[in-house]
Amino acid sequence: MTVATAPKKATTNLIGLEKSDYRGLETTLCQGCGHNSIVSQIVAVCFELSIPPEQLIKVSGIGCSSKAPAYFMNRAHGFNGLHGRMPSAATGAILANHSMRAIGMSGDGDTANIGMGQFKHMVRRNVPMVYIVANNGVYGLTKGQFSATAEQGLELKKGLQNKLPPIDICLEALIGGASFVARSFAGDPRQLSTLLKAALAHKGTAVLDVISPCVIFNNKDESPKSYAWGREHEEPLHDLTYVPERDEIVISYEPGEITSVAFADGSSLRLKKIEVDHDPTSRLAALTLIEESRTQGTFVTGLIYVNPTQPTFVEISGLGTTPLARLTPAQMRPTEETLRDINARFA
Amino acid sequence: MSVQSRLAVVEKSGVTRKVNDFSIVVATVNGSGSQTANGVILRSLFAMGIPVSGKNLFPSNIQGLATWFTIRANAAGFVARTDQSEILIAMNRTTVIEDLKGLAEGGVCLYADDMAFEKSRGDVHYYAIPATRLARESGAEASLRPYVANMAYVGGLAWLLGIELSEVESALAAHFRGKAKAVALNFGVVQAAHKHAAENLTKTDGFRVERMPAEAGMILVDGNTAAALGAIYGGVSFAAWYPITPASSLAEGLQDYLPQLRRDPTTGENHFLMVQAEDELGALGMAVGAGWMGARSMTSTSGPGLSLMAEFSGLAHYAEVPVVIWDVQRMGPSTGLPTRVSQGDLLFAHFIGHGDGRQVVLLPGPNECFEFGWRAFDLAERLQAPIFVLSDLDLGMNLWRVPSFRYPDQPMDRGKVLSAEDLARLGGFARYKDVDGDGIGWRTLPGNSHPRSAYFTRGTGHDENAAYSEDPQVWEANMARLARKYQTAKGLVPSPVVEHMSGSRIGLVGFGSTDPAIQEARHILAQGGLPSDYLRLRAIPFADEVGRFLAEHPVNWVVELNSDGQMHSLLKIYFAEHAGRMRSLAHNDGLPLTARRVVQAVRDEKEEER
Ligand SMILES: Cc1ncc(C[n+]2csc(CCOP(=O)(O)OP(=O)(O)O)c2C)c(N)n1
Ligand code: SF4
Ligand SMILES: [Mg+2]
Repeated sequence: MTVATAPKKATTNLIGLEKSDYRGLETTLCQGCGHNSIVSQIVAVCFELSIPPEQLIKVSGIGCSSKAPAYFMNRAHGFNGLHGRMPSAATGAILANHSMRAIGMSGDGDTANIGMGQFKHMVRRNVPMVYIVANNGVYGLTKGQFSATAEQGLELKKGLQNKLPPIDICLEALIGGASFVARSFAGDPRQLSTLLKAALAHKGTAVLDVISPCVIFNNKDESPKSYAWGREHEEPLHDLTYVPERDEIVISYEPGEITSVAFADGSSLRLKKIEVDHDPTSRLAALTLIEESRTQGTFVTGLIYVNPTQPTFVEISGLGTTPLARLTPAQMRPTEETLRDINARFA
Repeated sequence: MSVQSRLAVVEKSGVTRKVNDFSIVVATVNGSGSQTANGVILRSLFAMGIPVSGKNLFPSNIQGLATWFTIRANAAGFVARTDQSEILIAMNRTTVIEDLKGLAEGGVCLYADDMAFEKSRGDVHYYAIPATRLARESGAEASLRPYVANMAYVGGLAWLLGIELSEVESALAAHFRGKAKAVALNFGVVQAAHKHAAENLTKTDGFRVERMPAEAGMILVDGNTAAALGAIYGGVSFAAWYPITPASSLAEGLQDYLPQLRRDPTTGENHFLMVQAEDELGALGMAVGAGWMGARSMTSTSGPGLSLMAEFSGLAHYAEVPVVIWDVQRMGPSTGLPTRVSQGDLLFAHFIGHGDGRQVVLLPGPNECFEFGWRAFDLAERLQAPIFVLSDLDLGMNLWRVPSFRYPDQPMDRGKVLSAEDLARLGGFARYKDVDGDGIGWRTLPGNSHPRSAYFTRGTGHDENAAYSEDPQVWEANMARLARKYQTAKGLVPSPVVEHMSGSRIGLVGFGSTDPAIQEARHILAQGGLPSDYLRLRAIPFADEVGRFLAEHPVNWVVELNSDGQMHSLLKIYFAEHAGRMRSLAHNDGLPLTARRVVQAVRDEKEEER
């Protein structure tokens, strides 16, 4: 495959910003933590896509993963909310100003344990945002307890074994009605970056479940959420290429091997099949894929499901173009005359 | 005979006339459609200029259990609930024996004639109305008959009391929003019953209504609708909620009126959004997110929902996010008394959240649901804080005769917000720095295009620049600033309302829906030689004036609808020096307060003094 749109090595992007304009504070996460790799990719991708940082909000729950928004895009407003409740705060914020983009950062505990209810209702509503779960199968911040995505039989601390089957975040998202479901691996920056771009191009909730090893509490080689295991077992579904709207598309693929997903903003994701023949626009195929990989013990990554046209909550809500947070007092307070009318109704 | 029952004894010979002064209790079965009939009676009396109130005492049930609706008409304007009614409309065979026992001496019993029961009370005037037959003859299809049968008691009562039929018809027209067929069907039954009564019954009691010179500018409205409308005139743009009695009708009021009042007349765009959340956690989460983004946002709930909102309330307090939370209070948790009134969330609301934190609480009286509806947003944005408005089931769900809504007399206060131009001028800002000395920092809204507009919002652990900090001194300084903000709030919230009587040595302190009972109690006490002063609290933090009031009286009764004396406890915290002057008059039986409770407590203590 040859792609003529290799990223230009310019120091400023299309809106004249340097990559450093997309940086956050120095990370306080552990060295080698998968979450740091996710942060790096967010910085790179937002820079590359020339997203104005002031037009984006960062929202998160609580956990090591949820601290991550402090480590990217200082020029974007951030909201570090409550454990498991990022979806509701993000929903309210986005509905109050739907001209903004949003990146949500959560953890597996934050999403699949305490926050499962809000998570599922958010994807059901298809609120426009990128929802990243930095999934390490463990509670990092509270020091190593099992999360609901931990594999059955896993032993993390001496003598403690996880006896319950894991919850699959992609599966939950699909069943909840998500319009974009992808899985990636913090140790695969190229794929992660491409999926992040696609997620940012998607108009609804884009769920990105990123296996992100916790080097302190869950990185033993035999653990399925470790770097070693991930590298050994990762089976990408497709070779992915993201084509931004502005770039001329010159791709030479063997015909018949490529599927293309076009997003509402005019960009597209080209998928070249690798081994499994997976159609990411079929929910049934997506469900089957997850179930098969579970029974085979494989670790598929890539775009699992997408419906780029599924109406978003903003679209169905009847909101106009003016964001609610930008209304003027004159638009917010009905006239005195209307109140006379109201009073007459109760008189 | 009880103190407040001012029913003149009806003698067999000369019947004493009782004009515009009685209580009616309508005993029906839940789900039988009596709401329409009761509303029509209430509205007709209101239209005749008579001060009136209506209270629905209903079970937590959709159909089948007993329910009572009480109407009080009183020319002098005392419309609190009374312990006894003078007129019983008996439509429920399972409760009629008990209902009859509770009737005041010399009272009236208007009943459905196919209901056989022992007329055990010799002092009562009985009138039978053939409700079922009149419904059958009305031409209504079978499924509607039980509903229109209720109109028979409306007609019977209209004859009995002299309620003008034209007002009954207008009330029906208002209820059915002009649907002529429905009005005709129902009014037909009213007329038939009226005619039947006039031709077959003889009036032996003395109760009557007479048109009064209409007091201009009064309306009849429930507190939840008033609150919703107030919020709309306060510019609410985002509301998230989860259904719960008795708060649902507040959100439903928003749902009804927002499309009428907040759709852009030229573009047709909605300038509002309502979301029915998955639970109250989500509801407040969304409202906080929207408030942070810069929209006027709110949620409405009752006690159980408020419990779920505790964590987000704490976050909004520390992150300093404006949001309005209405709590329409009801009795405690789970099932049992969810449809009964209480003022039991006071302490919880004031201290809600984890760690330190005292919240601003507004306490609207019956006339203030609309006003506090819009004011709460000015306070929330000015103070950058959650504002709790405590209503209750009685205030929220029952109809109140109140002065018509007054248009906000102040422009909207959007609080301290810096625009991109401001930042260009200032070169930057520090989110949590107290530049003005009032404890309130300046904020920016996401989307502000200035490169230095962003800040990182989190609960605890931030310095003046909103940067992460666990430095003890930094945090202590932040807490001191929040304390200053609380002091600022004291000067901004509605001040208490004080009413004096000359020669009074008794203080009464109350808030919210108990106002009519307290007013009536003062009247009765004064007639018995015990004048009193009254302070009606309208907000926490308490004004200094509260302390002065307490100091003026050797005895101050703190009247409230809960068992623990929550307001009493709070006042003892904030005015410890006057603790000895306060007595708790805490009462909690699930029903709106009556004047008798207050009168009795005050008199009993006076007895002891002697
Ligand atoms: C209501 C509440 N309960 C518990 C906690 C404590 N807590 C903080 S982080 C966390 C788990 C985080 O796990 P995860 O979301 O997987 O994030 P990670 O640290 O692994 O990235 C818990 C239980 C909390 N902050 N709030
Ligand atoms: S404890 Fe684990 S999850 Fe947390 S920062 Fe360290 S490596 Fe990452
Ligand atoms: Mg985790």
